[in-house]
Parts: sequence; structure tokens; C-alpha cells
Amino acid sequence: MPILLPLIAAALMMLVPARYWPAYRWLGPVATLFQVPIAVWLIAQAMGNGYVVYALGDWPAPFGIVLVLDRLSALMLMICAVLATAAHLAHQARPSEHTRQFQVLFQFQLMGLNGAFLTGDLFNLFVFFEILLIASYGLLLQGGGPSRTRAALHYVLLNLAGSSLFLIAMGVLYADAGTLNMADLARVVSERGPDELILVQAGLMLLTVVFALKSALLPLHLWLPATYAAAIAPVAALFAIMTKVGAYAVIRVLTLTFGLEGSETTPIISTLLVVLALATVAAAGFGALGSVSLRRLCGYLVVLSIGTVFASVAVLEPKALSAALYYMIQSTLVTGALFLLVDLIADQRGPIDDSLQLNGPPVRNPALLGTLFFATAVAIAGLPPLSGFFGKLMILRAALSADFAPWLWGTLLVGSLLVLLALSRAGSRLFWSTDGEPLTPAPVPLGALLPVMLLLAASPLLVVFAAPVHAYLDQTAAQLANPQGYVLQVLGGGNPKGAEP
Amino acid sequence: MLYLIPLMPLFGAAFAGVAQRHHRQGAAWLAAACASVSLGLLLTNLDSVLAGVPAMTSMPWMPALGLTLSFWVDGLSFLFALLVLVIGLLVILYAVYYLEPEEPLGRFYGFLMLFMGAMLGLALASNLILILVFWELTSLSSFLLIGFWKHRTDARQGARQALMITGGGGLALLAGILMIGHIVGSFELPVVLAAGDLIRDHSLYPVALVLVLLGAFTKSAQFPFHYWLPHAMAAPTPVSAYLHSATMVKAGVFLLARLFPALAGTDLWFFLVGGTGLITLLFGAYTALFQHDLKGLLAYSTISHLGLITLLLGMGTPLGEVAAVFHIINHATFKASLFMATGIIDHETGTRDMRKLNGMFRYLPHTAVLAMTAAAAMAGVPLLNGFLSKEMFFGETLHVDLLGASHWVLPTLATLAGALAVAYSTRFIHDVFFNGDPIDLPKQPHEPPRWMKVPVEILVIICVLVGLFPQYTVQWLLQATVRDVLGQSVPDYSLALWHGFNLPLLMSVIALAGGVALYAVRHRLFALHARLFPEISAKDLTEDRLGRLLLWSRRGTDRFENGSLQRYLYLLVAIACVATVLPFFGPGEVLSPLTHPFDLISVVPLALIVLGAVGTVIMHRRRYLALIPLSLVGLAVSMVFARFSAPDLALTQILVEVATVILMLLALYFLPQHAAPTASVGRVWRDRLLALVVGVGMSALCYLTLTQSPKALSQFFLDNAVPGGGGANVVNVILVDFRGFDTFGESVVLAIAAVGIFAMLRDLSLKGPTLDDCGRPWDTDRHPIVLAMVSRPLLPLALMVAVYLLLRGHNAPGGGFIGGLVAGSALILQYMANGMHWASDRLPTDMRPMVAIGLLIATATGVASWVFDAPFLTSTYAHVHLPWIGEFELASAMAFDLGVFMVVVGTVLLILTRLGAQSGDAPKRADPPPMEDIGP
Amino acid sequence: MIELLFSISVGVLSMCGVYLMLRARTFPVVLGLTLLSYAVNLFLFGSGRLIPGNPPLIADGVERYVDPLPQALVLTAIVIGFAMTAFVMVLALRAMNDLGNDHVDGRAD
Repeated sequence: MPILLPLIAAALMMLVPARYWPAYRWLGPVATLFQVPIAVWLIAQAMGNGYVVYALGDWPAPFGIVLVLDRLSALMLMICAVLATAAHLAHQARPSEHTRQFQVLFQFQLMGLNGAFLTGDLFNLFVFFEILLIASYGLLLQGGGPSRTRAALHYVLLNLAGSSLFLIAMGVLYADAGTLNMADLARVVSERGPDELILVQAGLMLLTVVFALKSALLPLHLWLPATYAAAIAPVAALFAIMTKVGAYAVIRVLTLTFGLEGSETTPIISTLLVVLALATVAAAGFGALGSVSLRRLCGYLVVLSIGTVFASVAVLEPKALSAALYYMIQSTLVTGALFLLVDLIADQRGPIDDSLQLNGPPVRNPALLGTLFFATAVAIAGLPPLSGFFGKLMILRAALSADFAPWLWGTLLVGSLLVLLALSRAGSRLFWSTDGEPLTPAPVPLGALLPVMLLLAASPLLVVFAAPVHAYLDQTAAQLANPQGYVLQVLGGGNPKGAEP
Repeated sequence: MLYLIPLMPLFGAAFAGVAQRHHRQGAAWLAAACASVSLGLLLTNLDSVLAGVPAMTSMPWMPALGLTLSFWVDGLSFLFALLVLVIGLLVILYAVYYLEPEEPLGRFYGFLMLFMGAMLGLALASNLILILVFWELTSLSSFLLIGFWKHRTDARQGARQALMITGGGGLALLAGILMIGHIVGSFELPVVLAAGDLIRDHSLYPVALVLVLLGAFTKSAQFPFHYWLPHAMAAPTPVSAYLHSATMVKAGVFLLARLFPALAGTDLWFFLVGGTGLITLLFGAYTALFQHDLKGLLAYSTISHLGLITLLLGMGTPLGEVAAVFHIINHATFKASLFMATGIIDHETGTRDMRKLNGMFRYLPHTAVLAMTAAAAMAGVPLLNGFLSKEMFFGETLHVDLLGASHWVLPTLATLAGALAVAYSTRFIHDVFFNGDPIDLPKQPHEPPRWMKVPVEILVIICVLVGLFPQYTVQWLLQATVRDVLGQSVPDYSLALWHGFNLPLLMSVIALAGGVALYAVRHRLFALHARLFPEISAKDLTEDRLGRLLLWSRRGTDRFENGSLQRYLYLLVAIACVATVLPFFGPGEVLSPLTHPFDLISVVPLALIVLGAVGTVIMHRRRYLALIPLSLVGLAVSMVFARFSAPDLALTQILVEVATVILMLLALYFLPQHAAPTASVGRVWRDRLLALVVGVGMSALCYLTLTQSPKALSQFFLDNAVPGGGGANVVNVILVDFRGFDTFGESVVLAIAAVGIFAMLRDLSLKGPTLDDCGRPWDTDRHPIVLAMVSRPLLPLALMVAVYLLLRGHNAPGGGFIGGLVAGSALILQYMANGMHWASDRLPTDMRPMVAIGLLIATATGVASWVFDAPFLTSTYAHVHLPWIGEFELASAMAFDLGVFMVVVGTVLLILTRLGAQSGDAPKRADPPPMEDIGP
Repeated sequence: MIELLFSISVGVLSMCGVYLMLRARTFPVVLGLTLLSYAVNLFLFGSGRLIPGNPPLIADGVERYVDPLPQALVLTAIVIGFAMTAFVMVLALRAMNDLGNDHVDGRAD
């Protein structure tokens, strides 16, 4: 461990400076691509020795800020890296939208995301949230146009309010617990009796609300469909992980403070979460069914996936947790693919764009696009043989023992039926009921299709290698299930030169 | 080895398109090849099946799900797979002639093979979840095949409807199977089948059963889920013959037969399965009689026959099981051949309407003979296979004792159904092939190409052979199948043409006679039917219902998210309140308050804050004025900071305040100066209420936090500031050292804001008003001389102050932010005083380089610490052991601070000048230098 | 009792902030957010307790210091807040330009 620390430090920091200023056009993509190997390496690290704690400024936690790498954060980094790579490739394939801002903001966005996944300090988390938010504001505006401006206005204002809440929560927590370090907070919580925790709990609840806003949980999801529908494809694809940041944060904080088998308050949180989550699923299902444009439909699919993830998390069992993670991986990547794909299709439909109410001209190479769309739809609707089905299966199985199982089962199944309905309608509208001749002379360039395929490939891979993936996730869940390990590592392992705890 | 059987067709599916490109029948040949290979492989298992030792193979896949890749070939699966493959081969051959060469054959055969593979998997899988996987696959491929003629609306609707219903059923099945797995603890078929009693006694049994049945019934088009099947007839006829009569619709009953040992044998099973079967049987037969479309007739007769099979299974008796399996085969053979024949007729005459098709015998006698034989089998005429299974069915109905006294009901109804079947079969034969002359056919009919009839011939021959010599043709197969299904000893039954005079025979006779009679009086029946049931198509009904659901969900969603930010914010705040309050209902007490006494110096600013805040609200419509109380608040806040021992904060706050106000002034130049009230009274009060709640809540929360006994870790910082951070100003030390990473991120935020704003403003040309709200022209003349004169000498001074603050920051109030802000506002002053021209001549308009460099310096400082093998941002002071501490001590943290300084200055300037440059007297901006120049 | 007064003023600030935040025009909304951020900063500051007259400047002979950490946090928060305000202000301008009015939903009325 002591020997490894500097190495890992080097790696982590490579994540940061490389993306500051993509001085040349190629720098951006290269920096992004570079993420993947790093993420792989970090996952290896996480698998190797559980936790990797990195004390910034060489000040021990809880005084200094520490970065903590465990299986969960490594996993999130991986998803993020893959998604980012695809999104970036997709952007490269669309020269019309190239701007310098995009490159810069994109990198900043990644920095924010990775930071948020790695940091072990609440206030630092706040800072990284701000980074990724303000970057996302900029990205959202890429391409201009009134609709984007309006969406951005809503998005920004809402999140500003959210940030204020975040700060308030911070104040409460610091005032009562006297620390901002997550591990230290966990220690405090575990040491005190439940009746000395009121303020802390209030703070945590407030935090949860903020995260719920970020991850678009009902009824805070309202901003999402419009926003995602407005963004240009690569951005929307990247945003597919933005909601997951919220989910990540909730999982992290929840497991750390309340623990899975946790205290008296756990039931409250669990019920709260599950109710909201299921409501989200239902609302998103109907929303998807009712959407008049393909992009909105995708937006609702994102919401739905989030709802599903939360519902599974709320079961508060390691099994359910790993199921949720599995589902999260696949839904994130696949929805990302869908956003990119939709864009390609919409381009070929000319003025009708992505409307689902009008018949458009047939797309140029229906076989390819149709197959891709079909595959994506299958994966998202949770039909075999793609990953969505198995994700759903795992969640259902894991939830079997929970007392709200019937509700969860009912909602999830009905939800996926609605999605099935919506997607089959959309598909037959796009590829079957077409009239006229194709508009675009040339078929879609391979460069544009590559990212879609890349993301989509994740789905069958997740199925084929389900066993190893699942093993990793199970260990992740186990790791999350006992926060003590985390606390020990951070508070012990964080001191200078990272001596053994 | 077993894997290959389902894999081959899938392989064919993958390459059908390619094959088609090379040869106009390429896809067909490939498909046929794959299918025959599978068939061969299947047959290799024959003896093991007959021996009753099913061949198995298994490999783990997802242990977490209990999903293993396991297949087996026992009697039932062998039979079913055989069915799929044989009929599949015939359909492939048939389709070659049925489809026009210019149609996308590659796609067709691709889908067909996909379906075949899925079906084989379904038949051979011995893991429930695996079965489920293939189950859904068949639904998907059927969706694609029904929608093959995508240009036709009915095809699209039919496809969607089929997918919706079977898919929905699939979900129910999923739930049911998970429950079974939960009960048994394994998804492996052999285990599950052995655990019948365990399942039946479990409390979840009814739920699981109903769910599974839902899956089976939707797939097998049982009443009331039957209506997707007739609309699936929009598919090409080969598809109808294959999927929607012979195989896919059998999947449901197959599943029932498969799980028979595990689920059957309870009253619940009897009433659910038997009841549904009976209703479907009668309903289908009755409706079939009144169809005018040939395929419609066949579809409903299929439904009714499926009902019959379900009913047989429902009886739960071993012999019923035998009859069911037997009928699965028979129905597959004669119904497939009938569909093919219909396809031929349709193909040759161009219509399927029985009111037009008459006297076809004259034109295509050969086809007619085949069709009539098959139809006779369907009617259950002796010497044909249909007769045998129907006899067994009648026989079984007599032995059901669950109904007690009213045991006569079932046989009667069965006979009635038989009569109806005879009736519609008669109609099929008589209307189409005799009954006068054809009425204005689109085409002049003639016999189809030779090979198109071969498949039909083969099937019909099977019908006859089975009908004549059952004991030689199917007995052995049936034996094996039933033994595997029932697990126990096979009941003794004899497949023979002639059992002597007995009740079943009598029932058959009645049925035949009654059927002919019914047909004789058909015209009156049609009239009656028309009067009783006015024509309503189930499809239109569903489509209509679906449309309403769609509309409803759209409306509901729109109403919920009406795109009003106000609502979203309102929700957000409200929820935040609720969530925060919740824990306080829990147990526990708030600790004892410790407080300080009043003192005037603190009261004043606090009072100011209150006044200012309220003032802002009051005047928020007269916007320029509103800024005054706002800045007042800012001022007061900084006073509070100063009062409560936070000099750095006070400085920062006041400087930020200045910048903010300038910013808002500039912005207001482009916004309407004041706005009329728009909100309704109700909304205003609603908002006020929420605001009040928040206010009270915040006060309470704040008070609580303030009165907690401090548990903070501040002592550490205080102790380590000087020795560890090398600075007396602890706040600054924290900023640049203890929590330098925050500061780092924060300067990044500033930088991003700069970039983003730059991007937003660059392609934006705002029209400022030329008149202010009172109609006075905006002051366009030169800038106030006095201010200019004063401010110019002021600049160097201010900058000096800034640098001084920056440098001393580490030990006394000051530091990067503050310094930067001072410098920034000083420069801004120049703009304000002397106007853009003057300033932009002397200052760069594009501040991004400065920002960038600032960031880089900060980063470099952090990275520098790697040199000493210390983590990022380690201030060198932390390593006293390093030989050359002396002046370097200052350097590290200071350099970092310098970076921050530059970022701040750059950002502030960039934002404000950019905005200023928008205003009317801005010079035409030179386009900013391309970013390549700014690179490190 | 000073704490009470402090809390009340924070409460009032946030009250006004929220009310303005819920208005329909961009400018008041920005004002509201600014007020709210003041409130939040004060709140966060308060989490370090109110101790008049001994700033966290290490000097000999001074025993009791105020908790410096919240101050650092607030400083960060202030600056971030500034960046955000600036951004949203400009965004409001842009909305004015693109949508032709300053309603938060871009609805002309």
C-alpha cells in the first residue's frame, strides 16, 4: 500500500491535468480515449486492494481532502470513460457542430464527473458537482436555438436552487457532526445513538433531495425530458450518466451513513425511496408512451431507468444493490447509444426530424439502422436476449424477499410493457410506415455508426460475461454493505505516506 | 452437440441476407440446409428418447440468476422439435413459390430462421429461464414476420397487437417462473418437475399458476386473449401456416404440457385451464363458421382447436394428456396443409373471400382434393388423424367426474363444438370448391407450380397414414412422449380406428350429422348472427382503446409537466422542506442552547439585512431601484462577517458584491426596466406561504445549528497552520493548503464560467434600448470627466493594493481571491470611467489566456509536489526535511495563490467587459484569437 | 440571544429569496437566488458558531479562535456563487435575445 500510493496518485492526477486545455483539436479525443485504459487500471487497483485512499496535500483525513477509490467508484469511472469515448467519437463524426467550447467544456465535464466519483469529502463533492454542472450548462447550449436556451434556463435555475440546498445541508452536517469527510461522518453516525442524530439526519435527507434532483427522481424529474431532448446528441449521450451521478451519490451516502441493515431510520428512507422510485417508473412509462418525439421518448427512458435503479437500491440488500448496479451499467450505456442513434435517424428524416406523429421518408439504409434500433429497443424494453432482460430479472429476484415486492414487481413489469408498447409504435412509425423517397443521398457514414455500435456492444457483452461482471458487482455490493472497511481505510490509511491502518 | 440444434437456424438467420445477395434462392437454400442439419442432429437422439433416457447437456451461465445453458431431448421436446423442423422445412419450400422474387427474401428467411431457432430452443431448453428467453424471442420474431409487409396498415397493427399481448403474457410468465423458482429453489426442469407436490402445497401456488397460465393463454390465443391471432393473419400465408397454426401458438399448450407434472392436478387447475379451454373451443368454432375470409375461418378454427387441446390438458387425466399431445401433432399437420392450400388459392385467384370463391374444383382439382382431405381431417371424419384425437377427446369428456351431478354438460358441449367444427369444415369445402361459379375473380385461376403443392401433399399423406395406421405411425412416439410427460406409468390406451360401438363413436356421428345440418341452414344462421352480433372487429376495439390510453398518457404527462419552471422550483423547495422536517418526528432531543448576549454592533447589520431583503422584494418590479436594497444586503452581510471575526469573508463579500451589482446593472441595460405583475393572486399567496414556511424552517434550523455545542475539528487547523501551512491566516492556509483541492476546483468553476459566458455572448447581438423607461434618451456623451480623471491614477494604486493583498494573504486577511477581485474591480472602474474604446486600447479584450495561464500555474504548483514524491498540492512546507526550505516555503503556496489570482482577475474582467462590450458604444470586437494560441 | 436574531435574519433572507425565486421573470428570479445565496452563506458561516472579535489569525497570546473551516468554505461558496450568478445573468440575457421576452418559460404574455 505505501509503495502503491504515489503510483495511484500519479494516475489520478493524470486524469485531471490532461484535460485542462485541449490546445489542439486532437487533444480532446485523445484525452478522452486515454480515460479508458486509466479506468481499467483503476478497476484493477480496486480489485487488487479494496480501497485506495489518496490524501491531497498530504493532510490526513478528516482534515485534508482525500480521494477514495473503491470498486464502486472505479466502476462508475469505467462507465463514464466508455460513454465519454463514444460520445466524443460521435461528436467527431459531426463536423458541423464542432466548436472549441465543446472540446473544452467536454473535458471539464469529464473532470467534474470523475472528481465526483472519487472524492471522499462532501464539500469537495459539492465543488465537483458545481464543476460538472456549469460545464453541462455550457454543453447544453451547444448548437444554440431558442428551445435549447429555454431548456438551459430551467436546468440552470433548478440546479442553482439545488446547490443552495446542498450548502444548507453541508452547514447542518458540519454544525452537528463537525466534519465534512464522508468516512468521518459515518464514524460519527455509528458512534452516536439514534436520538443524537436528528440534525445529521435532517442534513442527510436534504442531501438526498439534492441528489434526487440531480438524478431526476419523481417529482423532480420534470426538467429532464425537455433538457435531454434539447441537447445535441453527443451531449445528451454523455448526460445519460449525469443522472447516475446522483444515483451514485445516494448509494454512497446511504450505505456509508445509514448502512444497509442500518438504524431505525433506514425503513423511512427505504420506503420513501421505493415509493418515489416506483412512482417515477410509472410516470416515465406513461410519459414514454405519450411522447410525440423520439428524443423526449429517450428522455423518459432515462427517467425510467433511474426509477428502476432506485427501486432496487431501496431494497437495501447487497443482492439488490448489485442487481441495481448491473442494471445501471447497461441502461446507461444503452440509452447513450439510443440518443446517438436517434440523432442519426432524425437527420435522415429531414424536416420531420424525430416526430412520432408524422410519417417520414424512409431512412437510407434501413437494414442497418433498423437492426440497431431494434436491438436498442430490445435491450431497453428488457426483452431477451439482451442485458436489459437479465438486469430486470436480477432486480425482480433480489426484491422477492422485500415486503413491498408485489408493488415493485407489478410496477416494473407494467412499466416495461409500456416501454415495449411505446418503442414498438415508435419503431413501426420510423421504419415501417414511411412514404416517399429517402431524402439524404448518402447512407450514414460508418464513423457516425461506430460509437452507437460500441455502446450497444456492451449489452451482449454484459450478457455473455454476466458471470464475471456479476461477481465483481457482488463484491462491490459487499464492500458497500460494510462501511467500516471504508471508514478504517480512510481515517487510518489517509495519513502521510499512507501507512497501513 | 445439442446446442447446435437451435444454433443452426440462428446461424442461418445471421447469413440469410448475405446468401440472398449471391443467389436469388440463396436464402431459401441456406435456410433449408440449416434446418435439415438440425433435423439430422435431432434424429440422432431418437433411440435415447425411445429408451426413455433423455440426452442432456448443460453449462453454467448466470449463477446469480440460476440460469444455466442446459438443453435436453426427452419425448415431449423431441416431438415438438420434430414438428417445428419438419413443418419448417415444408414452409421454406412452399414460401419459395409463394413470395414474389422481388420481395426481400433475405429478410424473410432471416426472420423465419430466427423464429425457428427460438422455437427449437424453447422446445429443447431444460431451464425455465432459458425457456423464457426463447419464449420472448418467438414473440419478437413473430412481430417481425407479421409486419413483413410493412406498407400495409393492418400488418403493422396486427404485428404491434401480437407483440403487445404475447409480450405482456411473457412478462406475466416471467413473474410466474420466478415464483416457481423461488418455491423450488432451482430453475432446472427436472428438479422443478419432480417438485410438483412442493409447488402445489405452497402458499404462492395460486399466484404462480395464474401468472404462468396468463403467459400460456396469451401465447396460445385462448379466450379472452384470442383476438390477436386473426389479425396476425395479415402476415404472408407461409408465416400463418408455420407460426400461427402449427408451432408458435402451440408454445402455450406445450408449456402447459411441459409443466403438467409440476402444476396440474388441482381443482384450480381444472377450472382455470379446462374452463378457458372449453370457452375458447366453443367460441372459436362458432365464430369460425361466420368468417367470409378463408384465413379468418382457419384462424378461428385454430383458436378453437387450441381451446380443445387446453381443455384436454385441463382435465388433468393421463389419457387427456395423451390425447392433447396427439392432437397437437394432428392439428399441426392438417391445419398447416389447409393454410398452404388457402395460400395457393389466394395466390392463384387473388382473393380469399368465400363469397366470391366458388366452384374452384373445376380450376384446380388437385389442390381441391388435398384441401378437402385436410378439411375432412379438421372435421374429424373417420380414416383421418383428426378423427382419432377427437374420439379420444370425446371419450375423455365422459370420464370427468369433478363436475359431479352435471357431468353430462361437458360431453354435450364437446359434441356441439364438434358439430360446429364439421359445419365450418363443410363450408370450407363446399363454398370454395363447389357451390356454383366464381364471382368476378381478380385472376383466372389455374393449378400452381408443381413444387408448391408438394408440401401440402406430404402433410395430407401424413394425415391419412396416421388416420389409417395409428399404431404403426405415431404410437411409439406418443408412448415415449407421454411417458416423459407423466413421469409415471403410461395409461393403457389403444390407438385404433375401430373400438366397436361406444359412446364416443355415437358422439362423433351426432357431430357429423349435426354439422352438416348446421351448414344446410347456414343462411338463416348468418342472418341470425348478423342480427345478434353487429359487426365489431376486436382489433379496432383494441386500437381504439390503445389510442385512448395514448391520448390519456400524453394529456396526463403534459398536465403534470407543463414546462413551467415555477412549478418545478416550487416542488423542489416544498420537498426539501418535507424531507428536512421528517427526521424531527423521530426520537431524540436537541441539545441545550448556549448563546451570547445582544450587542448593538451586531444588531445593526442584521437589522439592515432584514430591511434590505424586504426592500428588495417590495421593489423587485422597479428593477434599478431593487438593486439598491440588494447591495445594501450584501454590504450588511459583509459587516456581519467582519463582526463575527471573518475579515477575509468580509473583504471577499464586499468585492463580490461590487462585481455583482455592476454585472446586474449592465444586464439590466438589456432587460425591461420594470415589469407589470403577471402572477395571479392565488399563486402569489401560494408562493408567500411556501416562502414563509422556508423562512421559519431556516430560522429554526439555523438556530439549532448555532446552539449546538461545537464538535468541530478546527483545533487541528489552528494548531497546524503555522507549523504545517506556514501561514498565520488560517483561513487562507486552509484555502491553499489543507483544502487546496477545493480552491482548485473552485478556480476551475470560474474558468468554466468564463468560457461558457464567452461562448454565450460571442454570437449574441443584443439590442439595448435607446430610451429609458421614462423616455429620456440614454446619456450618450462622453464619460464623466471627473470620474475618469480620478480613476486613472487610481488604477496603479489599486493594482498595488491587490498585489499586496495577494502577497500578505498567507499571514493576514487577503489572498488570491481578494487580491484578484480588487484588481478586477479596479480595472472595471477604468471601463466604466473611460468607456470601452479607451480601455480596450490599453487592455486585451480576450481574457481567456490569462484564465488559462492562471489555471496552469495552479496546476503546475500542485504537480510540482510530485517531484518530492508527495501527493498533489502538497505545500512544500510539509517537507521540512528537504534541504532548501528557506524561501521555497513561501513559493509553493504563493504560486498556487497567484494562479487563483490570475483566474479571478481574468474571469471577472472577461465577464464584465464582454457584457459591457455588448452595449451600444462598444467597438466592433476583433474576433477572439483562436484557442490554439492559448495552449500550454 | 444574538443567535436568535441571526437566525431570524437568515430566515427572512431565505424567505424573500424563495419568494422572488418563484416569480415569473428572469430578473427577480436571479435576485431571489442572490438573496438565497446570501442566506445560505450566512447559514454555512453560522455552522462555525458566532464568536465576536477573535479572527483566526494566529498570533501570540491569543487563546481562543473562531472555527476557520466554515469561513474557508463560505469563501469558496461565495466565489462559486458569483460565477453562477454571472452565468445565469448572461443566460437570462441570451434568453431575452432568443425568446424575445424575459419570462422564465419564454412564454410571451
